[in-house]
Amino acid sequence: MSKDLLAKITTSLVEGEPDETVGLTRQALESGLEPLTIINEGLVPGMNIVGDKFQSGEYFLPHLIIAANGMQQSMALLDPELTARQQAVESAGTLVIGSVAGDIHEIGKTLVATMMSASGFQVYDLGVDVATETFVSKVKETGANLLGLSALLTTTMTVQREVIEALEEAGIRDQVKVMIGGAPVSQEWSDTIGADGFAEDAVGAIELAKRLAG
Amino acid sequence: MRPKLNMLSDELVEQIIAEGLELLIDPGVRVHNKEALELLGDAGADVDLETQIAKIPEPIVRQALATRPSEFYLYDLNGERVVHYGGDSVQFDPGSAAITILDSETQEQRVPVTDDFVKFVKLVETIPQLDAQSTAMICADVPEEIGDLYRLYLALNYMRKPIITGAFRKDTWWTMKDMLVAMVGSEEALAEKPVAVFDVCPSPPLLWSDLTCQNMIDCARYSIPSELVSMPLAGATAPVTLAGAVVQHTAECLSGVTICQLAQEGAPIVWGGSPAAFDMREGTTPMGAVGTWMIDSAYTQVGKALGMPTHAYLGMSDAKVVDAQCGLESAGGAILAALAGVNMVSGAGMMDFESCQSYEKLVIDAEIIGMAKRLIEGVVARDEPIALGLMRKLGHRADYLAQTHTLKWFDKELYIPSAVIDRGSLDAWKRKGSKTAWERAKDRVNELLASYQPPSITDELRTELRDIATKAAQRFGMDELPPLPED
Repeated sequence: MSKDLLAKITTSLVEGEPDETVGLTRQALESGLEPLTIINEGLVPGMNIVGDKFQSGEYFLPHLIIAANGMQQSMALLDPELTARQQAVESAGTLVIGSVAGDIHEIGKTLVATMMSASGFQVYDLGVDVATETFVSKVKETGANLLGLSALLTTTMTVQREVIEALEEAGIRDQVKVMIGGAPVSQEWSDTIGADGFAEDAVGAIELAKRLAG
Repeated sequence: MRPKLNMLSDELVEQIIAEGLELLIDPGVRVHNKEALELLGDAGADVDLETQIAKIPEPIVRQALATRPSEFYLYDLNGERVVHYGGDSVQFDPGSAAITILDSETQEQRVPVTDDFVKFVKLVETIPQLDAQSTAMICADVPEEIGDLYRLYLALNYMRKPIITGAFRKDTWWTMKDMLVAMVGSEEALAEKPVAVFDVCPSPPLLWSDLTCQNMIDCARYSIPSELVSMPLAGATAPVTLAGAVVQHTAECLSGVTICQLAQEGAPIVWGGSPAAFDMREGTTPMGAVGTWMIDSAYTQVGKALGMPTHAYLGMSDAKVVDAQCGLESAGGAILAALAGVNMVSGAGMMDFESCQSYEKLVIDAEIIGMAKRLIEGVVARDEPIALGLMRKLGHRADYLAQTHTLKWFDKELYIPSAVIDRGSLDAWKRKGSKTAWERAKDRVNELLASYQPPSITDELRTELRDIATKAAQRFGMDELPPLPED
């Protein structure tokens, strides 16, 4: 029965039914399954299948994003239960991410945030047009080891440098690796402003994050 | 009869406009600009200053649609009318604001500097198929904060054609306006005979950022034309259905026209955009996708139904090198734009979505544009009767090359491409070095550049332009602008 329920959770993610994923997760908890079991034997296998299907070209971004949302909503149910048991999911790292001040572009940043979250990172997505001080205080508050700064415009990419300078002033530059992204951004720019890395797309961002956090 | 593409039925156009109007009431449009919110509030819109959301009732929009010009002209720097925004006029300019240039030698992308853009402006001047300049790339040898105005400064030193431009900040718009005024003599002259259009870009979905909204208002106040560049990304920032993306485009543009006309009744404004059918595998915004072309053609039809001058970013490619994909995507978009009757088609030279400019692609695109312009002139009778007289005279002789009728009509009936397009025999092609389109394009670029004639600008005016731009540069830590290239 419990095996059946876990398989259904997996299937619901693969088939893109996030409401069902959440419902089944609740059902699994009520039936007495351990939260870690639900995660490791229900949700994670589902996300892995979706990830594989995306890589092979069978699945597309909507499949990926909808599955990741199902996973996130289920995790919101499971997190308090984990805390109550003094358990934690092994996290690949903690990421604070946002589009820098003056930049309201959302898609690339959200794509990276979602896929990072689905890859096991703890993600704090601050949204768009994020004030430099907000990045600094969120990194302090969460103890994040990764910071993602998105800028789509040549006029806002300079703000990425300002955030790095603000981290230095706050004395926390050493505790966090800064990843930058956005259309006008390059490895050269990353080197110029003293960021720790640049990625061209979401898949590249995950590889970079794993390398930096590892 | 001129060939014309209609993407939508009349009923669908009506429904799209109706839904666009309804979106302006619920959920309304986000306006992150104080002045615009005040204008909308004063006009009777339901404005929430806390959330910065304006809900705009239809009568206010209809009033704006009643005062916007349905057509206007752009003038070259000799004061001649050269571009007609309105009706089914079709004109082309290069894609704008590239952040890289495709290096002619290495065929790799690199950041452009002053010399690259000056060369580009000169090239555009010499290409007959292009009707206007654009501030086509962002030079990396000046501070980012003056990237917008520096492009215009360079172009004004070398161009005669009018220019499609845009500001990246609120304050730099004023510097750009001052340079344009310096060129034509006075603010009145600039309003009377516009030489530049400013792109203003709402952000999907339904958002006017402070910067772009202020640019639009400032343009309106000086009767400088602004061009709405609404960019729904179907499936990402807009509904995935193409019609749904057009509904969003309609709502954003209607709100833009409204704010513009509230700032200044009668100010020229263009119904334009740069939408894309989002790529569901790569997460990119392909300009060469058929879905993108369809959204553009459809919103153009909506704009025309509302009596608006129109614009679209079309004729670009997502390819990274000038290859077969580059050609097929650019041709598809440009030809569709011409058939749709888009007044200003921006995109020539542009590749890698909207990020890279190429001199070689520009001259290849010029041939596509030449063909597209010929296409929409259509097949016409020319003589009455069409052929009876001539064919009876010649009987069964295939002797048309020798006829004065042929001499009279051949270069009007047949589009004659430059040597970029190879139509020689195999032997002829081999004799000329077996060159690919890329190599022929390189030759063509050099040939055209050699024919460039600089405009007659007085030293006084050059100094004035430089002073205006230098003053802006000094605010951002650059004491002296890079020198203009020699010759």
